[in-house]
Amino acid sequence: MLKKIKKSKEFKILIEPIIHANPIAKAVLGICSALAVTTQVIPSIVMVLAMTFVLTFSNITVSILRNVIPKNIRIIVELVVIASLVIVADQVLKAFLYDVSKQLSVFVGLIITNCIIMGRAEAFALGNNPWYSMWDGIGNGLGYGYILIVVAIFRELLGAGSLLGIQVVPQFFYDAGYENMGLMLLAPGVFITIGLLIWLQNILAKQEN
Amino acid sequence: MFEHLVSLAIESIFINNILLALFLGMCSFLGCAKNIKTATGLGLAVIFVLTITTPANWAINHFLLRDGALAWAGYPELDLSFLVFITFIAVIASQVQLVEMLMEKFSPGLYVSLGIFLPLIAVNCAILGTSLFMEQRQYSFAEACVFGFSSGIGWFLAIVAFSAVLQKLKYAHLPKGLSGFAINMITTGLIAMAFMAFAGIKLTS
Repeated sequence: MLKKIKKSKEFKILIEPIIHANPIAKAVLGICSALAVTTQVIPSIVMVLAMTFVLTFSNITVSILRNVIPKNIRIIVELVVIASLVIVADQVLKAFLYDVSKQLSVFVGLIITNCIIMGRAEAFALGNNPWYSMWDGIGNGLGYGYILIVVAIFRELLGAGSLLGIQVVPQFFYDAGYENMGLMLLAPGVFITIGLLIWLQNILAKQEN
Repeated sequence: MFEHLVSLAIESIFINNILLALFLGMCSFLGCAKNIKTATGLGLAVIFVLTITTPANWAINHFLLRDGALAWAGYPELDLSFLVFITFIAVIASQVQLVEMLMEKFSPGLYVSLGIFLPLIAVNCAILGTSLFMEQRQYSFAEACVFGFSSGIGWFLAIVAFSAVLQKLKYAHLPKGLSGFAINMITTGLIAMAFMAFAGIKLTS
């Protein structure tokens, strides 16, 4: 059974963007939001969920419409589909997770211009059926998500000494002279963290070959 | 009033730089910085588009979308603010298209140098981000104009500085895995750190 799943095309489509063609690490897409929301783990998880939702449904919708959309206005059609889905995601967040949505501020809206979504719609959904497009959307959402969450874990742990809002670094560390690294919470910290992560991933990828 | 506007301009160019502090427009920043000429062209196009889209979006938000904005049409209880995303992106995309057509007609020289970057800009998050920040911070019309223009200047400065560093970086001997995207991110981080030195500058008390 497991073997059968592993051999299926759906599984391949799902796993490809997570490991081999990660949208952030390999294709340098969609890092705007990856940089901005990762000061804490909880907003990052919410962002990943919103992003995966929009990505999956925009892929499905564009794929269903792929034979109807005229070639020369397809970008505008894609933008409208994506923007409508983002409005849905934003309204849901505002209704059920108001605090987190305040923290994410404009970055939920900026999912519209996240290049991953547009890129997947152009590169995958326009040429494949809705079922495969759905798996591609989920896979890319998760591939984007795991980088986001790894960065957020580093930033929250080193910058504030907590994880998921719970203090992790014990008090006697601070008494002994340990200090939180304020730089991790500021802009330069995240650039450098992502740079080092990509370096690590490049080394690991080379060893695999 | 004038002092306040200058202070807003300085804040959005140096202190809260749209690219280095708010992370907007990273995709085209990393993609187009290899050549300093391309970087300058893209930077100028961003300044131009930001300067016209931010006031336009301000007007649309002020007179049509925000809570109670339609009072002049007899619908004071209407709140269309959930439509900002789709309206702003539509305004930006159509304005970019319009500018491209006007430029092609009236100033072919400028069109040749900036034209190829304009379609790219429609999906640059710096443009949409500036409009969304403008809406969220409830700027007045004058503030919106200054904010749009100076955000563009800030983006321009960042991409030109980064592109100049990359020119020198070509000759550096880097470890294999570090070259490319990884070192670009770290370089951006160092530039951002340099810009942090501006924090704390204030004209008005």
